[in-house]
Amino acid sequence: MSRHVIPAIKVEDITVAYRETPVLWDVDVEVPPGVLMAVVGPNGAGKTTLLKSILGLIRPAAGRVFINGKPVNRQRRLIGYVPQRSSVDWDFPTTALDVVMMGRYAELGWFRRPGKKERELAMQALERVGMTDFANRQISQLSGGQQQRVFLARALVQDSEIYFLDEPFAGVDVTTEKAIVAILKELRERGRTLLVVHHDLSTLAEYFDWVLLLNVRAIAAGPVVTTATPELLARTYGGRSAYLGGNQAGEKVQ
Amino acid sequence: MDWLATLFSDYTVRIVMLGCALLGFTAGALGVFALLRRQSLLGDAISHAALPGVAIAFLLTGSRDPLVLVLGALVSGWIGTLVVSAITRSTRLREDSALGIVLSVFFGIGLVMLVIVNKLPTAGKAGLSTFLFGNASTMLASDVRTICILGLACLLCLFLFWKEFKLISFDPQFAASTGLPERLLDTSLTTLIVLAIVIGLQAVGVVLMSALVVAPAAAARQFSDRLFVVVMLGGLFGALSGVAGAGMSASIEKLPTGPVIVVFASIITVLAILLAPHRGLLPEYLRQLASRRRIETQRVLQALYRLVETDPDPYRAHDANVLQVVGLRSARHTIAAMQDLGWVERTEDRGWIRLTQAGWLEVQRSVQQREGPH
Repeated sequence: MSRHVIPAIKVEDITVAYRETPVLWDVDVEVPPGVLMAVVGPNGAGKTTLLKSILGLIRPAAGRVFINGKPVNRQRRLIGYVPQRSSVDWDFPTTALDVVMMGRYAELGWFRRPGKKERELAMQALERVGMTDFANRQISQLSGGQQQRVFLARALVQDSEIYFLDEPFAGVDVTTEKAIVAILKELRERGRTLLVVHHDLSTLAEYFDWVLLLNVRAIAAGPVVTTATPELLARTYGGRSAYLGGNQAGEKVQ
Repeated sequence: MDWLATLFSDYTVRIVMLGCALLGFTAGALGVFALLRRQSLLGDAISHAALPGVAIAFLLTGSRDPLVLVLGALVSGWIGTLVVSAITRSTRLREDSALGIVLSVFFGIGLVMLVIVNKLPTAGKAGLSTFLFGNASTMLASDVRTICILGLACLLCLFLFWKEFKLISFDPQFAASTGLPERLLDTSLTTLIVLAIVIGLQAVGVVLMSALVVAPAAAARQFSDRLFVVVMLGGLFGALSGVAGAGMSASIEKLPTGPVIVVFASIITVLAILLAPHRGLLPEYLRQLASRRRIETQRVLQALYRLVETDPDPYRAHDANVLQVVGLRSARHTIAAMQDLGWVERTEDRGWIRLTQAGWLEVQRSVQQREGPH
């Protein structure tokens, strides 16, 4: 790149270890603004850990993170986050609408209660994810896909510049997956940057334009077309990839 | 009912009841957060861990001032929670083991210190032993004042930081990602729970105080899916238990308050678990029974259809035992129910079953439903 653009997300030498086992080892990544980027890699590759380190939820042993050129702690208002659906207790006594309004709490500030404006914004977000009819449902009465839509709506009311999504397609049906992808692409068209932990290599090229291949180390990062090559994927997955030139039958035969 | 009248007219008893109501409300309301954050066992460890603090505070100051004792309990309860998290972080023991260790070790130390205190010739030592099982009747106006100030302070904090506490209880990681000081809020909420526990120690006792945190909250959760309603109900159940316990132990001599309060709280909880409209076990069982009945009725209707579908006269009587052949061994109750609905009748001579006109309509509707619209 000849023209110098400040990366939306810049990760410098991030290293994370649990009890002396490195989960992330010296990871460097730059995410240019306005891309829809997938993070792929085998189980235990450190995908979720990378997201949490960028968000400052985990303190890395080494390394720094910049959002639009500044430390992440000064850029919280620019960040939207969709955690893994399984990370919360869905039997919590609250409604879908209430969960979505939680996306406005930081903007509201201390001591102020969500009011009419927050309610309207939350209803708009629920409409975008097709959940208007479920606004007053207790959240445990929602299906997995509906819960994921509620989480996405909560991120939408944050109205952020940079979004982090941890496995938004885990355990959702095809309809929901397509609906979520449509919203992610729409956000990208409006200039937002999105970093998404993804599992399904067969939809990688269809959904995303950029990709980070991760397996404790950053194997490669760049446009999907030039980065998700069979050779690099094989290196990421330790040579046992199902994605060898699209020959999916190959894996079953083995 | 004479004793009831004296109970409510006696100024001292009224003051004590007010104190018990407020400490019950605080414990019940904050207990909901302990329950949702899976800290119920922590509450038990904290209340036991508070005992050495009470004794040490008395030994150091020689005073029975409620604020001093509560402060001692607070510090030692807090040290207990710090030890729990230190054990889970730095050893391979899980949290339940850490809680068990802290609970028993601190409680043991506390008991030893109580014996030492009781051997001292100091005046005013009497009363410390009530911290074991609680005795509301030993509460003085100054005790109640302390409970009221601290309890109301707890509830005010809960009110002021309501949305933050709700968010960190539901999704702490999201809260942290938005820049909220999640650690600080978490510590503050735990402190409020500890405070709610220690202000109840004199009345309820360290052994049973955690029940007043857990039981009303568990009962309240049965009735609503709104956090605010659950917290209010938890408080209400806690207050009711507190008042009932204080009243009973005040009117019956040598009856300790703590056990009575806990018995009341448990009765409320058991009733809630059994009878609450949506989440209760009994309504759930009745719903299952009703749906099983519906399915069974449909099966009988369809079996009857198969009996009469080739017959020009659908109202011909049949021996009910033929239903057994198609696997409806226990159709007797269903047929009795259908008789009540007027769908089938029994012939007078042999007791065979015969469809009525209404029953034949029902059979046809059932078959249509099953095969779907054509």
